[in-house]
Amino acid sequence: MTLWVVLGTALAAAVVVVVALPFLREPAPSSDSLDALGDTDRRRLDAQEARDRALATLRELEADHRAGRVSDDDYRSVIGAVRRDAAEALRTLDAVEAGTRSGETKTG
Amino acid sequence: MPDLGRAALILTLGLCAYAVVAGGVAAMLGRRRLALSARNALFAAFGSTAVAAIVLWSAFLRDDFSFAYVAGHSSRDLPVAYKLSAFWGGQEGSLLLWLLVLTAYAALAVWLARRKARDLVVWVVPVLAGIAAAFAWLLVGVSSPFETIAAPTDGSGLNPSLQNPYMVIHPVFLYLGYVGLAVPFAFAMGALLSGRTDERWIVATRRWTIVAWTALGVGQLLGAHWAYEEVGWGGYYAWDPVENAALMPWLAATAFLHSVMIQEKRGMLRVWNVTLVGLAFCLSLFGTFLTRSGVVSSIHSFTQSAIGPWFLGLVVVAVVFTAAMIWLRLPLLRTTARLESLVSREASFLYNNLLLIALCLTILWGTAWPILSEAVRGESVVVGRPYYDFFLRIFGLPLLLLMGIGPLIAWRRASVRGLLRVFAWPAGLALAAGMLLIALGAGSSIPGLIAYTFATFVLATISLEFVRGTSARRALSGENVPRAFGQLVSRNRRRYGGYVVHAAIVLLAIGVAGSSAYDSVVEGRLTRGESLSVGGYTLTYRELTEREGANATEIRAHLDVRRGDDDLGTIAAGKNAYSVEQQVSNEVGIRSDLLTGEDLFVIAEQVRDDGAVYFRVFVKPLVNLIWLAGLVFVLGSLITLWPDAREERRLATRYARTGESANRPAT
Repeated sequence: MTLWVVLGTALAAAVVVVVALPFLREPAPSSDSLDALGDTDRRRLDAQEARDRALATLRELEADHRAGRVSDDDYRSVIGAVRRDAAEALRTLDAVEAGTRSGETKTG
Repeated sequence: MPDLGRAALILTLGLCAYAVVAGGVAAMLGRRRLALSARNALFAAFGSTAVAAIVLWSAFLRDDFSFAYVAGHSSRDLPVAYKLSAFWGGQEGSLLLWLLVLTAYAALAVWLARRKARDLVVWVVPVLAGIAAAFAWLLVGVSSPFETIAAPTDGSGLNPSLQNPYMVIHPVFLYLGYVGLAVPFAFAMGALLSGRTDERWIVATRRWTIVAWTALGVGQLLGAHWAYEEVGWGGYYAWDPVENAALMPWLAATAFLHSVMIQEKRGMLRVWNVTLVGLAFCLSLFGTFLTRSGVVSSIHSFTQSAIGPWFLGLVVVAVVFTAAMIWLRLPLLRTTARLESLVSREASFLYNNLLLIALCLTILWGTAWPILSEAVRGESVVVGRPYYDFFLRIFGLPLLLLMGIGPLIAWRRASVRGLLRVFAWPAGLALAAGMLLIALGAGSSIPGLIAYTFATFVLATISLEFVRGTSARRALSGENVPRAFGQLVSRNRRRYGGYVVHAAIVLLAIGVAGSSAYDSVVEGRLTRGESLSVGGYTLTYRELTEREGANATEIRAHLDVRRGDDDLGTIAAGKNAYSVEQQVSNEVGIRSDLLTGEDLFVIAEQVRDDGAVYFRVFVKPLVNLIWLAGLVFVLGSLITLWPDAREERRLATRYARTGESANRPAT
């Protein structure tokens, strides 16, 4: 009985230390705030996702056409829109990146 | 020692409650150290739950019958493997297994995602901790595995039907699947709570979803094989509520795995995807509720069960929380992308989703009907096999066909002429196979014939996909065939792994259709020397033997088996009489023909004192393809899961700057 009580107490003490570890390690940090994702970061993330989506679609369409899964007619009817989407996504990302750079330059 | 187990579970409950509150406050107020502390509490919860599990396992191995749970589910002469698996032989142990797997998954998922999606993980921690806290409460306050009694000299043993090797691993896989669905759910809810509905929650949980889905699929197949071998009724799936409980979340997760591709490729279906993740998780909770509360067998067991109302409350909370979060974040989930054509890959995936969810909800309706009918009419009405079989055909056969069509249609739109060209060969082969089957006499079952014709079509499209892909790669790189094939698969793991999984589903469909639509059965009472014939086999009853096994008396009737002039050896079927448990189990005889996939399946229904035996004998064509499908399914899942270094690099680049400006290092 005593052994199990000791083990239970030791377990409780161990978990308290684990939970308190961030406060024990940094009792007085210079900053304790979580850095939130800013608007620029969000826009860039959205633009990167849109770019990756568009480029992946373009790559897959090219590969499907090469392998004969997509006919010439279907390829021709879709490729224009897919390329336009990819170009638009790249332009958007460039614009976001340029905005970020100019913001950083002004800040610097 | 039970005190240590109890203390460990109380600690888990406290840690999870702390992680919910501290994690929620940290996420809302942006407190970094508090968020890390909440995360550490989740890690520690896994540790304390593991201690509780070790205490229980140790009690089983030491035959410590002062634990009421051990006394109720084990005995001294129970083989060691079954003492270990007796852990989940009852309600309390099953819940502890749920909690153990959940805290392990939670700790691992949060740890692995700590650098990729830090600002999301802050919100994921309280969601996972909330689910774990609910289960910890059930184990602490409602149904504890650490209740003690005055130790009897021996336990009352384990249910004989659970004394089977499949029962050692089947529940573990099932729980790995059920519980694994909590991870994508938590990340989806974390994304909604934080308002960061970009694709990071999908990227962070893609593998977790596939792992859970694979485990749930494998768990169901293991369960089906257990039922086939152990339950002794000649089948492998009976549309039992407990079986349906695992099938429903698997179907919802299957729909999600397909629809998420549309979000990744076209940015569409964002509301639908979080809905599916929520549905899959809520169904896994509902499944556990059905399995654990006894609500389906009788409404009265529900009122008598201490755990039923709590579990029902948990399911309701999960459903309301999911619906509320989706409703609140609808503006963030809206997308400008639209479906351009009803003949496109995204449209075919959408049809696939609608069929899967229709099948899932139909099964849910049938499973819940006894509860609803008893609540409304005061009389529990059980839905029978014809209901489920009907809807399986209505939704399952078009799904089978779509598996062949979907992957070969172009994104955005495709022309009918283009489709005819792509599908000419597979459709021709399928029609030829259908006509050949009719000529061979398979027209006796129209659903079976349609299933085989569609299966041929899908297998042909999959084969053609590999051939075309390899040829295109050879033309581009000049590689030899094996290298081109290897490169094709390794550079497109999700796509070609998916095809292998589709091939597994086709094998499953062929096995199910063959063994259910074209099986033969004969029954008869035989005395020694008498014979019966079925499906080309002749069985002659030779002798009855009896021997003492490890913990049961094994009675076996031995039969000589012949097919035409060929002597195929002997087969034995009988019964095991378990002395401690005071129960008798059917032990079937199975002779598998690995070349044809056919089983000869013998049940000794009654063994009479005069040595006469009442036999039921089945011949089940192609049934072994079902088990082969399991292996192919695992292979396909592994291909899909295998890390792709190029993809990892691309994602690392995408999220590198996001990571920099999100939380501080989370170590």
